[in-house]
Order: sequence, then C-alpha cells, then structure tokens
Amino acid sequence: MLKYYGKLAPYFFLLPAGIILLIFFFIPFFQTIFLSFQDYSNNIYNADWVGIANYLQIFKNPTFYKVMLNTFIYLVVAVPILAIVPLFLAILINQKIKGITLYKILIYLPVIVSIVVAAIAFKWLYADQGILNYLLNVLHIKSIGWLTDPKYAIYSVIILTIWKGIGYYMMIYLAALMSVPKELYEACDIDGAGFFRKHLTVTVPHIMPTIALVTTISSISAMKIFAEIYVMTKGGPLNSTKTIVYYIYERAFENLDLGYASAMAVILLAVVMVFSLINILCFERNKYNL
Amino acid sequence: MIRKLLKSFSIHSVLIFTSLLSIFPFIWLLSTSLKGSGENIFAYPPAIIPKDFTFANYVGVWHRVDLMRYFYNSVIVAGGTVLLNLILSSLAGYPLARMEFKGKKIVFFATLATIMVPFQAIMLPVYLITLKLHLTDGTNDVAGFIGLIMPFAVSAFGIFLMRQAFLAIPREMEEAAIVDGCNVFQVFWKVLLPMVKPSLAVLAIFTFIGSWGEFLWPSIILTKESMYTLPVGINNLQGMFSSNWRYIAAGSIISTVPIIIFFLAMQKYFISGENEGAVKG
Repeated sequence: MLKYYGKLAPYFFLLPAGIILLIFFFIPFFQTIFLSFQDYSNNIYNADWVGIANYLQIFKNPTFYKVMLNTFIYLVVAVPILAIVPLFLAILINQKIKGITLYKILIYLPVIVSIVVAAIAFKWLYADQGILNYLLNVLHIKSIGWLTDPKYAIYSVIILTIWKGIGYYMMIYLAALMSVPKELYEACDIDGAGFFRKHLTVTVPHIMPTIALVTTISSISAMKIFAEIYVMTKGGPLNSTKTIVYYIYERAFENLDLGYASAMAVILLAVVMVFSLINILCFERNKYNL
Repeated sequence: MIRKLLKSFSIHSVLIFTSLLSIFPFIWLLSTSLKGSGENIFAYPPAIIPKDFTFANYVGVWHRVDLMRYFYNSVIVAGGTVLLNLILSSLAGYPLARMEFKGKKIVFFATLATIMVPFQAIMLPVYLITLKLHLTDGTNDVAGFIGLIMPFAVSAFGIFLMRQAFLAIPREMEEAAIVDGCNVFQVFWKVLLPMVKPSLAVLAIFTFIGSWGEFLWPSIILTKESMYTLPVGINNLQGMFSSNWRYIAAGSIISTVPIIIFFLAMQKYFISGENEGAVKG
C-alpha cells in the first residue's frame, strides 16, 4: 500500500472526536476521582482536601447500604429473568411460524418508547385503585400498595425494567440463534427429543457466550437505573427504591454535596468497569478486533 | 399432524400473550386518555373501551402545554446529536481502520476505555464543565441546545462501528483512487464514505433513539420550561396535572406517536437481528 497521507493526517481526522471526548469524558473522569477526595459541604466555592474521609463516611452511612442492597436486589431479580425469558421467546420466534414480524414489532415496542412514558404507564397500572389491584381483587387478594408499600415498591419498579428490556435481549438472542447449525436440530428430531430437551442440549450450550453477554449487559444497565425511579417513586417510600445512581443524583444536585456524591460515583465506576471489562475481554473481542 | 398443530398452537399462545403484555400498558393509557369527565377512570370493573368517549383530554392538554415546543426541542437535540455522531465517528474511525501512526494503540485503548465508564458516574463534572463553558439555557437557547448535545456528540460505539465498516472495504478501492490522484480527504469523502452508508444508517437510527429518549442529562441541565425535551416535558405533566390522569395519559400518548411512526418506518433495522446490541442498554 502506497503511503498517500501526510504524517499529520491521522491526527487531523481524530481531532474533532478527541476534543469532545477530552472535554466531556476524560476530564470529567479524572475530575470525579479528584472531587471524591474533597469536601464541599461547608462552602460550595471553596473545597477542603479531605483525603479518603468521604469514603469512610459512605461506609458508615446506612442509606448507602440500603441503596447498595436495592441495587443488589435489582441484579438478582432482573438479570436472571432478562437472561432466560428473552431466550425462551427468541427460540419460539425462531420457529418457522406465521406472524413473526408482527410478534417481533409488538415485543420490541417497549424498547423504543421513552422510559418516561413507560414509567408513567406503569404508575397508572400500579395506582391504588388501578387495574392491577382490581385483578388482585378478582383473585380474592387484597389490594397492595405497588409503589407505596416499602415491601413491594422495588419489585414493582423491577417489573417495569424487565418489561422494557425483554424485546431488546430477545433480538440479541435471535441473532445468536441464526448461528446454531440446523443439522444439530435434525439429529435431535430423529432421536425424538422433545422441545425442552432439544433446546437444553443443543441451543443453550451453543449460545452460552450470548447468554453470558446478556447477563453482563443487563447487569450493567441494572446498576445504571435512574429514570424509572425518578418518574415513579423518587426513591421512596423510605428509600426502598433508591438506587445508587439516584442517590448520587440526589447528593450531587439536590444536596450539592459534590465530594460525597463523587466518592459514590467512583464506587459505581469501579463496579461497572469490572463488568464491562469482563464483557469486552470475554464476549466482544471480535467487535473490537482485540 | 395433531402434534404439530398442538405445537403451533402453544407457540402462538405464548407469543400472543407476551405481545399483549408488551402493549397493554399503552392500551390502558390510551383508554384512559379517551375517557370523558363523565366516566370514572377508577371504575371497577375497569373498562378498556371508553363509555364516555372523547378527544377533549387531547385538546385540553394540547392547549395548556406547549407539546409542539417540546417536540421541536427534541428534534433539534436528537438531530444535532445524530449529525455530530455521524461526522465525528466516521472521521475518527477512518485513521483507526486504515492508517499507521504514532500513538494508535493509545488512541484505540483510550476509546475502548470510554465504553466502560457509564455517563452516570461522571455526570457531575460534566455538569460543572458545561456550566463553566456557559453552555446552558441560562445563557441563551442556542447555548442550551449545544449543552444538551455535546456530551453525547460522539461515542466509542460509533467510532468502533465506523472503524469496522472501513476495515471491510477492500484496499484496492482506495489504491485506484490514489493512482487517479485523489488526496487523503478525497479518498475519505468520495470513495470510502459512500461505501459505509449502511453503517451510517445504523449509527444514525440508534443514536436517534437513544437521544430521543434521554432523560437524565436534560433533567439535570435544563432550567427553562421552553427548552424542555419531550421526556422532561412529559414527566413534568405529572406535577402540572397532579391527579388528572386523563391529561397525563393524553400527553404521554401524543408524545409517543412520533417515535412509534419512526420505529415502524425503520423496523427492519431494529428487528432484522443484524444490528444486535446496537442500542445502549
């Protein structure tokens, strides 16, 4: 290949994106870490360097543990469902049946619609005298405070997240299913294996990397939940739905406690980066030609 | 034969049930938005088909809230974000795919690193920097729009997508152009860019969806109601019409119509299964 570009040409092409990433990504990244060692709570214009004091405070703060517990509940409830149900649906849709496109469109619809509208729609379903409580009453179960009872609120929010994510992960699985060799299924059919055995012995092992990928992606998004909470519960009742991002938001933009919020952001950063690293190194190598 | 029918029946049942679950929250919202003041929206048993059918809620919310303004704002923000992503990602993706230069590895891994860091973790300094640059609606509307757009003007996802697209083009294409006397910019603009149109389309569509639904950043940075994007404006309906669910529902439905039209028009990009993992989670 003859060299047709000057020494500076590559940098010229990289410059515009580089400037944006520098200002709105790299500087904020290091500033977050820097801020986490400072205390702004006395004077917003004049911070004190306090070392790891913010971190020590965080680990003594019961609300922080509550928030981490909520995020953990999110992970253990939402992630397995989002890894399994969309796979099941994708297998069904992957059969040669009529109406596939319509099913795909309808199931994908929640992914497209703004989270704010989705959250409002669910808030309405969850109303005290709403349609879900009516259904419970029909089944002779007492109405529950879907979003007002600290026992249930987090699960109600999780249901929204699952509902909104199913179509997205189903499409990821559908793409993966295309790579499973047809002959393997034919062999199963000859053996007379049933639906579940067929897919447990052929499909699942074959697309294990995709299942793992969905698990890590859905874990990362579970840790970034914000809009659902903001629109539906504002973290209440009694902090029962407060997630880590919501708590950071509250501390930073409502309490103006910049140092404290930044220290929590660093903790979030560390956890998400571990998941992302696993993701990139194990499942997305070809995407980046690593 | 019977076994086959039974199988097909059960598959369809599951899929119909799931489809209904997927759209029911919208159906119920739509139903509520069409119920007049003469009908109790908390009635037991709930009525899906409105008895006191009316468009009055739509007219009411349309007159009291400047939804068109929110829509324009969303179009400007999403449009600007898409445009910048297309330009910046293809510019940056090109040298990463095709050129040798000092520091290429560093640039590559620095870009990759941005994928691992969630916006939520760095949003506070992003906000402080945007304030410092006076890119807020407090300065003027244009500055406000720039502030809404800039943090999302380029993404590592886009850069890598374009890099992959450029990698797939045969070298001979460029060589022919160079022999013909094209310089590096002409090669990029006239030869390479037209060949990656499908990737540009994918990038445009998924950036658009992401930007259109973005809620966290605009709700942090916006102070003026006239600058609200649709998600922020719709969330604000809750406060304006505290318990008037008919209006809230009508406003929510109106705000959803454009994106559903967009989705149906572009459906092959979303449900073909070829662009899996393209939208941010």
